[in-house]
Amino acid sequence: MSLNPPILEMRDITKEFPGVKALSEVSITVRAGEIHAICGENGAGKSTLMKVLSGVYPAGTYTGEIWFQGELVEFKDIRASEHAGIAIIHQELALIPELSITENIFLGNEIAKGGRIDWTEAKRRAVDLLARVGLDENPDTQIKHLGVGKQQLVEIAKALAKNVKLLILDEPTAALNEDDSQHLLDLILGLKGKGIASIMISHKLNEIEQISDSITIIRDGRTIETLDVAAGGVDEDRIIRGMVGRSLESRYPDRTPKIGEVFFEVKDWTIQHPQVPERLVAKGSNLNVRRGEIVGLAGLMGAGRTELAMSLFGRSYGTYLGGTIIKDGQEIVLKDVQAAIDHGLAYVSEDRKVLGLNLLDTIKRSIVAAKLGKISKRGVIDNQQEHGIAEGYRKQLRIKTPSVDAGVSKLSGGNQQKVVLAKWMFTDPDLLILDEPTRGIDVGAKYEIYTIIQQLAAQGKGVILISSELPELLGIADRIYTVFEGQITDDIPASEATPENLMRRMTSAKKKANA
Amino acid sequence: MTSATDTPKKSGGFSDIRKMFGGGQSTLRQFGILGSLLVIILIFQIWTGGLTLSPTNLINVVNQYSYILILAIGMVMVIIMGHIDLSVGSVAAFSGIVVAKAMADWNLPWPFAIVLGLVVGALIGAWQGWWVAYVGVPAFIVTLAGMLIFRGANQVVGQSTTVPVPSEFGVIGAGYLPELPIALPFNVLTMLLGLIGVAWIIWNEFRLRGQQKRTGSDMAPVWVSILKVVLLSAVILWAAWLFATGRPGTSFPVSGIILVVLVIVYSFVTNKTVFGRHIYAVGGNRLAASLSGVKDRRVDFFVMMNMSVLASLAGMIFVARSTASGPQDGNGWELDAIAAVFIGGAAVSGGIGTVIGSIIGGLVMAFLNNGLQLIGTGADLVSIIKGLVLLLAVGIDVLSKRSGGASIFGIWSRRRQARLETAVPETPAVEPTAGTNETSIPADNRQP
Repeated sequence: MSLNPPILEMRDITKEFPGVKALSEVSITVRAGEIHAICGENGAGKSTLMKVLSGVYPAGTYTGEIWFQGELVEFKDIRASEHAGIAIIHQELALIPELSITENIFLGNEIAKGGRIDWTEAKRRAVDLLARVGLDENPDTQIKHLGVGKQQLVEIAKALAKNVKLLILDEPTAALNEDDSQHLLDLILGLKGKGIASIMISHKLNEIEQISDSITIIRDGRTIETLDVAAGGVDEDRIIRGMVGRSLESRYPDRTPKIGEVFFEVKDWTIQHPQVPERLVAKGSNLNVRRGEIVGLAGLMGAGRTELAMSLFGRSYGTYLGGTIIKDGQEIVLKDVQAAIDHGLAYVSEDRKVLGLNLLDTIKRSIVAAKLGKISKRGVIDNQQEHGIAEGYRKQLRIKTPSVDAGVSKLSGGNQQKVVLAKWMFTDPDLLILDEPTRGIDVGAKYEIYTIIQQLAAQGKGVILISSELPELLGIADRIYTVFEGQITDDIPASEATPENLMRRMTSAKKKANA
Repeated sequence: MTSATDTPKKSGGFSDIRKMFGGGQSTLRQFGILGSLLVIILIFQIWTGGLTLSPTNLINVVNQYSYILILAIGMVMVIIMGHIDLSVGSVAAFSGIVVAKAMADWNLPWPFAIVLGLVVGALIGAWQGWWVAYVGVPAFIVTLAGMLIFRGANQVVGQSTTVPVPSEFGVIGAGYLPELPIALPFNVLTMLLGLIGVAWIIWNEFRLRGQQKRTGSDMAPVWVSILKVVLLSAVILWAAWLFATGRPGTSFPVSGIILVVLVIVYSFVTNKTVFGRHIYAVGGNRLAASLSGVKDRRVDFFVMMNMSVLASLAGMIFVARSTASGPQDGNGWELDAIAAVFIGGAAVSGGIGTVIGSIIGGLVMAFLNNGLQLIGTGADLVSIIKGLVLLLAVGIDVLSKRSGGASIFGIWSRRRQARLETAVPETPAVEPTAGTNETSIPADNRQP
């Protein structure tokens, strides 16, 4: 493998923003036909490096050299890099939902003669490309009818249509479930077999370990090291050590759970899909939470975990068909979010930018947003109290910001998540539902979030933790429910849970059929 | 990366001036708009040989534009919510004709007529708000329909004629603060009002500083506070003096007082109340707001309703001033009000905007209009120039946001500041989270 000649060499790339050196003499060599992973914490400079490579930051705004296929290249814009055969696929997809697969694949790259598009040819090639990426869909299907996983494949087909030689994937599996992720990884491996090199940025170290040939680790805008996976000795701990500059003895803080009695119960909870009436997203679900307990909800994407959580939280999702919620021995009816908050529920959504925060707002205003009544008298807000409360959370949760008057959009992902947590802690909840609380944030910040979750549990609050990362659930949950197609299939104490038995219960409804 | 933002901002001399207007993006933007307003006034003051800032003209400007500014107050709230209201001109005309008819045909006493007008506004607003909030028809469509409906309704009620109003009613549109029986060469009440304004500014600054001290938040140096108070007081007293020494029988107009009261009330509502917070929250991110327990539809409803009430009030003031209600009243007002709001720094996508900014934006339009008329520009050219100013103001805003600044003025002061304190790098405004995957697509490259 290492005998292959390099397809890409970035030498001593330095990129400065006013006041900050984002990249400092970063070098990276990608060999032809290899999968090269770039690892680093959030803010290490990975995305900046890829933006330099793809021409988002045009030549001249950085120093250093980029050699692509043996030539010194200077890209003016994305178009130039695409023309040379470099395609970047962002984690936020750039497809147009109302257009068909074919139209999207050839958007900006239309097969046309004299301005007239040759749809027959376009469709023929689209079918070809879809076959190459293993997507079995009619090319006339509108993008909006495809799931995220399939959209990701369309993106790759689009890149292939442009004759890509180097594919850059920025967190390609962040929004995918395990099946789709695996399919995507297989596809990347397949492309490698056909001589297309890939650069992959991912926080999912197990995936990196699984498919990459070499790994470059970036920390604080510098290249730390390049690991050759084929040579062996590279495992997740080794990568983490490089990323954080020290070895994390434990990725999950220690804790001795103090678990009280059941205080929150859901019985026969049944919810209908908001658009598709015949689909039930929760089918008679039963669950309970004890005081001081962290309860995990494990399930694949689309299993109905988020839907269940949101429907509990003031019927924010779907149509309520039946079921009861019992809290502290009494049945409660939560018809809207306000009622849910008043009854001590809090829901931290999986998408903090879309559902969690108003990105135009300041930190302090975000923190108090869910319980303004607590700092106001007769509808008038006490600014002084607001400031004091925000300051308190800034210190308690160690939100890194020069001032609570700063905008939340200026914070890093981990710190934004802390603001969201503060917002919900401020509502004095008894039960916190945390939906993917550590998605897209780096290892160090994750550890801090886990600590906060455990502190909340230690205060006697109940926590429902939804996570797609099984190690995370195994690491901090006391008990794990598995969810499959809207049904709760099992209730496994953490001591008995293993990735294998969880996965089995997440992928089949039958209880211990083959046991 | 975030460690860069941890270093406390060192304040250089010039940058402190910005703190006069508090911190944050929108205040900085207002600073720029306020600068443009001063420049426009100054230019016309010279161009017209001192006519612009003469007592008669100032009184004129207030009388002529107070109703547009009143509309701008409601409109900024609508626009923060991400909506628009095209019906305000027609609603104003409809309320005007109903009030005029009620006084002419039923001899309704004028105070009751005003109440009637406000009730009509509230009902229309509830109607439109219901369509927007609970049926879910976009406000653009609902109010476009309202624009047609109430224009027609005005002509139905008034039979397409002009209906005169009794002279007592004229007080809200053409009245002035009365003269007290004190032999002073100026209007005492107007000056008193000015003094109250100054006292409030001083008290407010003290209170603000006290609060900032207690909470330990970012505080402007004392000299900036003093400068701010002195400058504002001087402007207020000077303006009061101009209003108080105009033509005998004139002083500060009643419509101006209504406007000032509304500005104070609505600034308070938007800044300090839970309801105001909810407006910004829903406008900034509706989903996040509703998942935080904000009843977003209810906010939609009340904001739309409030707009129509203010439109009715504006319509009545206009009728009072022109002593009659006619079928063409309020034509094109919606556009002036919307322009004022956007010049005043509101964002088309919602979530951003302030009452005070919109008032300043409205004053930019008012003085531009007035100045051009004073130097004898025709209505055709005035319209072209107003259009270009709107485009320019919002264009500059868009461009400067793209390059990371807050406004032309913001960029300029940033450069000044950079020169003043080259040793201490400022927080990177361009790429605060450079390298994190969350910001991997710059706005310009979202579309393939």
